[in-house]
Amino acid sequence: MAKVKKTDNSVMAVLADPPKLDPKETKEPINVLIVGVGGQGVIMVSKVLALICQNLGYEVKQSEVHGMAKRGGVVFSHVRFGSNVWSPTIPMGKADVLIALEWAEGLRWMSYLRPGTGIFIADTKRIVPPFACRSRILGADIGYSKDTPDDVREKVAEAFALDATEMATRAGNERAANTLLLGALSTTLTFPTEEWKKVIAQMVPPKTVDVNLAVFDQGQNWIDGSRKGEPVEGAAFVPLVQPELNSVRNTLEITAEWCKGCDICVKMCPERCLVLNKDQVAELAEPEKCTGCHICEWLCPDFAISLNPITQEAVA
Amino acid sequence: MSSKAEQASPTAIKTGITHQMTGNEAIARAAWEAGVKVASAYPGTPSTEIMENMGRYPVGDVHAQWATNEKVALDVAIGASFSGVRAMTMMKHVGLNVASDALMSQSYIGAHGGLVLIVCDDPGIHSSQNEQDSRIFGRFAQIPVLEPCDAQEALDYTKIAFDISERYDTPVMVRSTTRISHTRSPVLVSERVTPDDLGFNMDVSKNVMVPGHARQRHPVVIDRLERLAEELETSDLNRLELGSSKIGIITSSMSYVYVKENLPEASVLKLGLSFPLPKKLIQDFCAKHDRVIVVEELEPVIENEIKTWGLKVEGKEFFPRIGELSPEQTRISFEQAGVLEPEANALGPQFEPLIRPPVLCAGCPHAMSYTAIRSLDVRVAGDIGCYTLAVGDPLTAIDTTVAMGSSIANATGMYLAGTETKPIVATIGDSTFIHSGIPPLIDAVYNQANITVILLDNHITAMTGGQENPGTGKTLRGEQTHQINFEEMIRACGVEWIERVDSYDAASMMQTMRESIAYRGVSVLIADRPCVLDPVKIKGPSMSVDAKDCNACQGCMNLGCPALIWSDEWYEGRHIVKIDPTACIGCSVCAQFCPTGAIQPTVVLDQKSAKAKPCGVE
Repeated sequence: MAKVKKTDNSVMAVLADPPKLDPKETKEPINVLIVGVGGQGVIMVSKVLALICQNLGYEVKQSEVHGMAKRGGVVFSHVRFGSNVWSPTIPMGKADVLIALEWAEGLRWMSYLRPGTGIFIADTKRIVPPFACRSRILGADIGYSKDTPDDVREKVAEAFALDATEMATRAGNERAANTLLLGALSTTLTFPTEEWKKVIAQMVPPKTVDVNLAVFDQGQNWIDGSRKGEPVEGAAFVPLVQPELNSVRNTLEITAEWCKGCDICVKMCPERCLVLNKDQVAELAEPEKCTGCHICEWLCPDFAISLNPITQEAVA
Repeated sequence: MSSKAEQASPTAIKTGITHQMTGNEAIARAAWEAGVKVASAYPGTPSTEIMENMGRYPVGDVHAQWATNEKVALDVAIGASFSGVRAMTMMKHVGLNVASDALMSQSYIGAHGGLVLIVCDDPGIHSSQNEQDSRIFGRFAQIPVLEPCDAQEALDYTKIAFDISERYDTPVMVRSTTRISHTRSPVLVSERVTPDDLGFNMDVSKNVMVPGHARQRHPVVIDRLERLAEELETSDLNRLELGSSKIGIITSSMSYVYVKENLPEASVLKLGLSFPLPKKLIQDFCAKHDRVIVVEELEPVIENEIKTWGLKVEGKEFFPRIGELSPEQTRISFEQAGVLEPEANALGPQFEPLIRPPVLCAGCPHAMSYTAIRSLDVRVAGDIGCYTLAVGDPLTAIDTTVAMGSSIANATGMYLAGTETKPIVATIGDSTFIHSGIPPLIDAVYNQANITVILLDNHITAMTGGQENPGTGKTLRGEQTHQINFEEMIRACGVEWIERVDSYDAASMMQTMRESIAYRGVSVLIADRPCVLDPVKIKGPSMSVDAKDCNACQGCMNLGCPALIWSDEWYEGRHIVKIDPTACIGCSVCAQFCPTGAIQPTVVLDQKSAKAKPCGVE
């Protein structure tokens, strides 16, 4: 299969002769890995796929791990179907399609893709975990994946990055992003479109059937159009804003004679960088941790603390 | 797209055809089909959904209930078995430790009505405090251990377990794992068959375990296991798939499917029970093959027993004792054993993974409780629940966590050691407190410890997905029942200092917590706010950050709230914070910490009409 490289940062690479996966034609099961973050609807995507496979008479196994999912953790669901399925989990390097509802989650599971033929379809939506916003270092960047579609392009047979969440929001329901990705997934399989729509209509809340079916078409058209080289909408991958290295550092001045050791600043410091020294006077024990938030300065009942910003020029 | 309410009544589904079910759903179905009358359990991942599903079957068919802990649950099931009906209990692996006291003697007593324990292990420690192999406990208690490999077998084996239980007069364990419990695969369902009620069995020599009776029962236990092992020699529960005589694989449970994934043509003996073992069948299998490898997850339970018979088998030289087995790990192990050739170009591209640890939910009341604890510089004995997540960055407010209900007695021990210079605090959730926190509280008062207990009362068993408990005043099926009054109960234990504080009130929390620590003796502070997810998902109008007022101090970020993230704007070299309005529930805790008042509600409540309206609109 020849590979056509694209320069568009959403359609990263397409195969000149894209495969249609047909469980009738292979002895091995077909493997679809669906990944995302808790609350995005990963399990719903896999339930829809599993139900279609079951309706069409294939053996299907669907495996996920619950527990931490509600707590903003990583969610993944393995779906395997065919005439005979043994393991419910997909062996690493054997996933035929990887559907990611979140960009960094797509990157995390990439090693599961079948080298040479595995298809990658990802929503460019970013869900930034609190952990990524922990650094207190001046000029610290968000600790989120820096890899862009450009980095992915060379390494995957066929890959698409679409802003499904944005497209679904414009269609009227942000929650339908996962159905849009089901539409994208449907282009890789031989299952009839009516079957997909029947199951989706059956699974979604009655009031949202129309919007879900509409975004399903959108997802399908998006991939089909991209493969044909037609211009597609709703794609762009927005790079993370690079840090603007700033010029300020803080020093804390504590007037020992005015401090009565009331401990308020020590207890309320969000970074726990103040202590009471042996003379019961507040002291900045770990200056590198101080973020210059002013809390100690403002809370001190005796005006004993003042925060002095030092500009870059002064440092230099 | 989101899920509709979980479909209609489970008894309405068509029998005689297959349905996609998780292992847990299949086990609940099996219990109903087998005519179980009483089912009792305490929630614990990955076993929780079994009881949740039991609660969907008709009230007239089965009495399904949440118990206060696993031992209570097993004792309830034992009582029902005494009275001649089929009874079941289900628990996670560590739950079996709690229930084990009753199990060890019940093994001698046996089972009048069928008595089955479903024990769900968690290889890989997806959501647990350890990785113990419960099959060893089955042997210890001298009860049969059935090991299904998928949802269909989970259903079949559970039904067979009741049959074995009654025919051999023994409690029976069905051992599942996270992977079996949480995997959906096709299951053929059938109708319910209710056995006749046997009535109470009047036999004190069997039912009352005093030394004289127990001595007589021990030989009976050994004898029944020998008889069962004999029956297993020819039982359909063991599957013999003969292939080449070069290599034979002995396996069970989930390991079987991983073996078949990698070696579909191999000679395999799949055992239905890991205890007792069919000795002659295994001897014959070994004799037929040049080399025999035992493949099992976690401990070498089957392997070691076979080795005691003097047979030469391999296994743990190649297969790990640690973690969950997987198709790829099985492949690697077979490659190491020289059974498979190494595979070239096996993996897709690799990228550095984003660190995304599980976090407390946006608006979680525990976040404020631990923020207050963190500011006090105290020694904290933690417990099991969502709040154990406060061990991580940024709350970093837990020093120890052992097992369900350990916190209070751990704190007492720290106090008695006499080496601790910091005040000692135990933190425990409402459901964990009821599970096993009450005896240690009585102990702390009785032995005059100087500790503070912070009871994190979020009115639900949250970690396992929101189950009712005696503190909520509702049963598994949502019926009203007696609701525990924590203050009365704690006072009855002898605690004299008790305060209840709203967890969202930062100032009160910090002040009251200081007072509770200053008190000499056992003090209990009840941090009171419902869980934001269960039983109802709480979502109020969100808060928002006025970027021009935010000085990027990061004080609010120390709450670890997932609704608070960095914006693309900067102030003095740090990111200005923004609030994700879809995640924020409007609890206002972050606003209480904001030194510049930059965090404000997006709507205000109009006192006259009691309606919310957008801020700034007159």
